[in-house]
Amino acid sequence: MITFSKQQLKIPHMMRPVYMVTGGMSKFGRAVPEKRTEELVIDAFQEASDFIGMKPKDLKKYIHSCYYGHFADHFGDQLLGEAVIHDRLGLDPLGNIGIKTGGATGGSTLWEAFKAIASGYSDCVLAMGWERMDEVPTDEGNNYIACAADKDWETPLGHIYTGYYAVMAQKYWKVFGKEEDSFRRTMAEIAVKNRGYARMNPHAQGPMKITVEDVLNSPVVAYPLRALDCCLMSVGAACAILCDEKTAYELCDNPLEIHVTAGSHTLRVADRRNMDIPLLPNEHPDQYKDLGERFPGGDRYPGFTGFLAARIAAYYAYRMAGIVDPNEDLDLVELHDAFTISDIQTYEDIGIRPYGEGRTYVESGDCYHTNPATGKPGRLPANISGGLIGCMHAVGATGIMQAIEVGHHIWGRWSEMHSDSAKWERFGRTKPEDWTDLQVKDAKRGLAISHAGVGSHVTATILVHPDHKLERSDS
Amino acid sequence: MSCGERGTVRVENGKYRIKGHFHTIYANTPIYNEDGKLLGVTNPRDIIHIHSYGGEAPFFESLKDSKLLATRCDNEDCEHPGTIYIPFRIHCADCLQKTTVIDLTDLARKTARIHSFMVTERTGAFNTLPIPIRFINVEFDGVDTILMGILNCGEPEIGDRVVPIFRTVDPSFTILDLAWVPEGTPESDLPEGFSF
Repeated sequence: MITFSKQQLKIPHMMRPVYMVTGGMSKFGRAVPEKRTEELVIDAFQEASDFIGMKPKDLKKYIHSCYYGHFADHFGDQLLGEAVIHDRLGLDPLGNIGIKTGGATGGSTLWEAFKAIASGYSDCVLAMGWERMDEVPTDEGNNYIACAADKDWETPLGHIYTGYYAVMAQKYWKVFGKEEDSFRRTMAEIAVKNRGYARMNPHAQGPMKITVEDVLNSPVVAYPLRALDCCLMSVGAACAILCDEKTAYELCDNPLEIHVTAGSHTLRVADRRNMDIPLLPNEHPDQYKDLGERFPGGDRYPGFTGFLAARIAAYYAYRMAGIVDPNEDLDLVELHDAFTISDIQTYEDIGIRPYGEGRTYVESGDCYHTNPATGKPGRLPANISGGLIGCMHAVGATGIMQAIEVGHHIWGRWSEMHSDSAKWERFGRTKPEDWTDLQVKDAKRGLAISHAGVGSHVTATILVHPDHKLERSDS
Repeated sequence: MSCGERGTVRVENGKYRIKGHFHTIYANTPIYNEDGKLLGVTNPRDIIHIHSYGGEAPFFESLKDSKLLATRCDNEDCEHPGTIYIPFRIHCADCLQKTTVIDLTDLARKTARIHSFMVTERTGAFNTLPIPIRFINVEFDGVDTILMGILNCGEPEIGDRVVPIFRTVDPSFTILDLAWVPEGTPESDLPEGFSF
């Protein structure tokens, strides 16, 4: 569709509020040959139980239905893996369902769990995601990932998904980057930032202390994208427990209100047709009238430069949660930085910056925990977990990991969950001597974006401290 | 492990008729760590899948005849009648009525240009294209979508004019039977088996 009805643009109205009470993660790695998937899943569940001072056997008693995010059956060579995990978690005879939406699988799993609570079907649910991407060599992994493109029209063209993002990077660089070397450096800065933050995260698979030059000199994967512009291929699990209000306060003293929405767009980037830009609450109707004059070629929306699915997910989520300006109303974000270019595109889709101006979010220092230009706190820190580039992309777990990381900040427990030397040791990792506390001070609200394909599915998850709820807006 | 004729398929009376071998199994091998401890096993096998093009079959069949087919919504009751789709869509994305197949070859020869591109030397397993691969996204006058393809010679630039070429000798009946070259490329520069 290229025009939307008022029914389609209705802001979701849930039957009752939903809360996230805890979350947990396993170690993330390129390969974890010493563990079966269920061991990683139980590691995540154990951490979620520990986080609220409960034993797994006691937390299990509250769970009424289960939502399992696992994207790629062919990677693990196990159909109905959800049933294997459900059995190993000892959660029979509860109803459970598998969710698959490519890279957005983790976010979509939260979306389904959220609706189960909001509808009243369940009072407490498990949202668990995982991925097992180490059971084939990397080139076969790239082929498997490329199978998520159209198998007749796209996959045979090199069997390499990075290529589909590279054409967007090329177009964006031409139109909005104006072919400036400085834009390419800004993209590289994102990779430096996220891999640097990953150094402070014991769960993270890809911590690196690198420079912009290192990124620009890394091997070309699909020009203009280089190896260090790209996300990781990972193994691991993450889970969250969602509840209604009464159950949430039985399980902990400080549950976070959660809102989850979803959008979609064509599987093939080829099929994107021109349309008017759906506006977010911090935008006005005339804002983009001269976009094509300021950025020749930029008037084709979403073209190859925007993600309609992200825009629609934010369109619903901001109004549900009462977010007017994400820069003012949010305290941190975890974005789906599958590639540095898609990170910049997303800044615009979710209204952190207007279309065409995404680069300024990085160049201003706003996206940092501590603004490197001023030494003061960044205005809206992004991907302190390390993101997909530095922490992991264990696909089914990714969107859940993001939500947990946002939650740690709002709960004020980021330092506790990332500094524990015993955890670093358990994961076989060395805590850096310059380990830094990246807790975002006084965080009240945060956003996680989970994204699939070249934008086929995107979810927006907003977490809110219950003392800092905002009034929803339907306009 | 199987031997004998590699599997082929035809359709008779609406049913698949298969002939030959469609799967090959091999002995697995153990996976040990450096201490000689067993961690797992390999699980090798070959499988031939069967795939129907359904209503898109005319597109893939016409490539061998040097024809580029697209589809158009001719439903006057559609919100956006006249939308032209390539990739070929069997049903209009707006009204879900069956589209009309149209021949886009001449329009492609006259108006195709590069919307975006990328160059890669890395591929996934099962790639059959020579590297580096030059993906291009091709836009056409009056067409609502942007087709992805391969530039077979020359270096891509956004806005450059390109023309389609077709594998007319030993076609694969896949999207790999279609490629693009810069406008003005002589026939002698085309890859083996391709023509304009």
